[in-house]
Amino acid sequence: MKTEAKRLMRGSEAIGEAAIRSGCSCYFGYPITPQNELTEYMAKRMLETGRVFIQSESELAAINMVLGAAATGARVMTSSSSPGITLKQEGISFLASMELPCVIVNVMRGGPGLGNIAPSQSDYFQATRGGGHGDYRTIVLAPASVQELFDLTRDGFDLADEYRIPVIILADGMLGQMMEPLVLKDTPIAPEELPEKPWTLRGAKDRPSRFIRSLILDVNLEEEHNWRLYRKYQRIERREIRFEEYFTEGADMIVVAYGTAARIAKAAVKKCIEKNMRVGLIRPISLWPFPNEKILDLTKYAGHFMCFEMSMGQMVEDVRLAVQGKAEVSIYGRPGGVVPTPAELFRVISRTYNKILREKKA
Amino acid sequence: MAMDAKQLAEMKKVYSRPECLKDTIYHFCPGCNHGNVTRMVAEAIDEFGIKGRTIGVAGVGCCVFLYNYIDVDVMEAPHGRACAVATGINRVHPEKIVFTYQGDGDLAAIGLAETVHTANRGENITVIFVNNTVYGMTGGQMAPTTLLGQKSTTSPYGREFMGDGYPIKMAEMLATLEGAAFVARVACDTPKNLMQAKKAIKKAFKMQIDKMGFSFVEVLSACPTNWGMNPLDAYKRVDREMTPYFPLGIFKERTTADYL
Ligand SMILES: Cc1ncc(C[n+]2csc(CCOP(=O)(O)OP(=O)(O)O)c2C)c(N)n1
Ligand code: SF4
Repeated sequence: MKTEAKRLMRGSEAIGEAAIRSGCSCYFGYPITPQNELTEYMAKRMLETGRVFIQSESELAAINMVLGAAATGARVMTSSSSPGITLKQEGISFLASMELPCVIVNVMRGGPGLGNIAPSQSDYFQATRGGGHGDYRTIVLAPASVQELFDLTRDGFDLADEYRIPVIILADGMLGQMMEPLVLKDTPIAPEELPEKPWTLRGAKDRPSRFIRSLILDVNLEEEHNWRLYRKYQRIERREIRFEEYFTEGADMIVVAYGTAARIAKAAVKKCIEKNMRVGLIRPISLWPFPNEKILDLTKYAGHFMCFEMSMGQMVEDVRLAVQGKAEVSIYGRPGGVVPTPAELFRVISRTYNKILREKKA
Repeated sequence: MAMDAKQLAEMKKVYSRPECLKDTIYHFCPGCNHGNVTRMVAEAIDEFGIKGRTIGVAGVGCCVFLYNYIDVDVMEAPHGRACAVATGINRVHPEKIVFTYQGDGDLAAIGLAETVHTANRGENITVIFVNNTVYGMTGGQMAPTTLLGQKSTTSPYGREFMGDGYPIKMAEMLATLEGAAFVARVACDTPKNLMQAKKAIKKAFKMQIDKMGFSFVEVLSACPTNWGMNPLDAYKRVDREMTPYFPLGIFKERTTADYL
């Protein structure tokens, strides 16, 4: 395994470099802040490495270029930010139905509508519930550091190929802009070194012709198709759950946060620990599949789960489902692109924590 | 009159199923020109011997089951996005032959941006565009190509330019783009026009094989079902009403590739 020295890198560039080193041979994108650095990085690097880069006429076109390229078996990536990801939903639904692998990066910004260009987490519902029409899921990974942006993008390409599924990297403007040290521990792979996929469209030379479709008019066949997808999703739910725990053992109260919010939460929880408060943090890394069982298990310690999200509270619904009524669940949400400080969050946690203690005594 | 074996043996085969046209029954309505167009595409693929390296992209419309008919690899695109899908395929495999097959709702309404920009980028693909002045598959609604005064299920009193706009002339429009290499409009209403149509389709594929850039063949077609006509009257309508507004011919033909 080739290990390189630490280098300082911007978040969006870490995603781009991970794609290059994953053997991604096509990138299609349309400008939107706060993810332009990634598109610009890809413009430079893809052409430098003799690969395909297209600035498309819209996000719709970009995701449909992804559809075409993925059908040939190439590793392919597109990226955008919230309003652009909404436009991509048509294509994502088709990618899911046609079981075409790809990596889609959403550098979330404040919404709804045009919203603003500040970091936000308000696309959680869209990402984890499929997003487009139809009964489907995508794997959703939520990095919280530049290193993770790199690692999860690399893993994203592997997961996409393994399960023939679109993988969404759910980041935000803060992570994209951030500069942090990055260690490249991986072995880069070139597009031509990737194993051939047996289902691709490359021309029916010396084999029967193939087709890839999503229109299945026969209801029985469509039902069967949905069942097959469902079984795949179950397999993913069993095998691909990722999370990080921080002082959860014995905690009376557990904060649940992902991505940028989890970084703030970690700093706040650290302060709690310093003050001998029994507060822990669980950080879901895979948002779908969601770490339901882990959270349920933590109810053996904690009677209260506080979600901290940079939205009015979306993941909180999954946490409520996960605890199965065995603990209280609350939400501290900051929508609109506001990023609270760890000190602010610490105050909110303390207030809830003290209330729990009072109730416990009473 | 039954033929004996000797007579049969003496007969010369002048017309047969193209090798890459599957031996199956079309789902198209009687008299629909989709059948002719599909066959001409299959013939062109045979004649250039490119079956093993051709990938078709089907639009959403009556052509959506392209893979049931043409025996090459086929990808179904979301409604209107065939040109973007074809771009993705072609950029990964520039040595492959990639064509799209689309209707007028698909290409000229919902997929207009993808079509124009794919032509403008000069993507080396072939686009077969079936203009039948209606949305066929969904039951005869007004299309961007519906003629003024033409009744459809969503223009029950006839298309009016005030409110509905004018029928779009795709071939003329795309011919203005630098990226377009070959742009033609043909029709299927007479044997002569069918021969011209075949020639244009073949030319489009030839342009692609020679890496000349974006090729576009608009085929004026009859949709007897949604026009409420029998096939013969429908072909007459192509001649009397469509060709005066949508003139046949070659609008652009590049002789050297951009990169030369
Ligand atoms: C996003 C989306 N909108 C609408 C439809 C419904 N739809 C299916 S086919 C079609 C139009 C077909 O008309 P045309 O492209 O003219 O082809 P034709 O059937 O006439 O050959 C429409 C609107 C769809 N499939 N997807
Ligand atoms: S509806 Fe019209 S276009 Fe569709 S198959 Fe029938 S005749 Fe052809």
